[in-house]
Amino acid sequence: MSPGPLVGRRARQLPLIGWLVLIWVLLWGTWSWANVLSGLLVAVLVTRVLPLPGITEHARFRPLAVLAFLGDFLRDLAVSSAQVAWAALRAGGRVRSAVIVVELRTDSDLLLTVIAETLSLVPGSLVLDIDRTHRTMLVHVLPVETEDDVDRQRAEVLAVEELVVRAFGSAREIAALDEPRQPAPADPDGRTT
Amino acid sequence: MTAVQTVLDVVAIAFLLVGSLMALAAGMGLVRFPDVISRLHAGTKPQVAGVLLITVGGAIRLVGTPVVWMLLLGGLLQLLTVPVSAHMISRIAYRRRHVRRDLLVVHEAGFLGLVGPDADDPPGDQPADAPRDQRDRG
Repeated sequence: MSPGPLVGRRARQLPLIGWLVLIWVLLWGTWSWANVLSGLLVAVLVTRVLPLPGITEHARFRPLAVLAFLGDFLRDLAVSSAQVAWAALRAGGRVRSAVIVVELRTDSDLLLTVIAETLSLVPGSLVLDIDRTHRTMLVHVLPVETEDDVDRQRAEVLAVEELVVRAFGSAREIAALDEPRQPAPADPDGRTT
Repeated sequence: MTAVQTVLDVVAIAFLLVGSLMALAAGMGLVRFPDVISRLHAGTKPQVAGVLLITVGGAIRLVGTPVVWMLLLGGLLQLLTVPVSAHMISRIAYRRRHVRRDLLVVHEAGFLGLVGPDADDPPGDQPADAPRDQRDRG
């Protein structure tokens, strides 16, 4: 292995090590050099013994868009929690739901991960499965009473995608939001890898 | 006790109470919802919101102590880990047909991730909506 990628790999692990040290210090609860140094030791040990696969793409970070995303996220979390809580108290065993297929416009592993994580907390959706090749998600939505609710939920899934991409995506990925969807790659036997 | 402290106490109590009610609703959803995936909805949204509210309420009461940072960390890790476990369980539950299809308003086809020889009749448990006498014993 050439030294180049190795150095790059180590540099990419710096944020991870910083994050692990932060967690270590937070768990101890007090700031002291002993905590920071022991945390550093543990973080280096953990990343050496249990290496993670490298992330091939870099995440952008647009502060205003991230704030918009977080604000919407907290509001949606409150709304969807209240909805599900009310359904649990009122409808009980009779709550209706739906399984829908949503075609996304994003083609990035990192962004799809963030989108899927967000969708499981808001807005009334739960990701059942992801077809990476065709960029589609199988989403379970609840509570749903009519087909209009289904359309509304689908629009909200796409709105979450847009917020995430605008917060963390590259310029090309943001532009892809407005493009008409390209046809899915030809896949005669339909199998995904 | 100063007025500011009283206001902070009231706010903290409100957070703790609403958070507890959310956790209660999540528990009721776990018991009352009809199938695995619906129950996971109760186990994610009201549950996470409840934990976050209780975390904030506790942090307001305990401000100035190291515990606040642990509460922050606990809330953050809830947000990161709960969706992952819910997704893994719901994915398996869907593939093994633990879905009450009679309660679905819409069940869209055409998800290519599940095609193959077993797509129409996947291996797995009896459908959750099968008549009671056709279900697996157990």
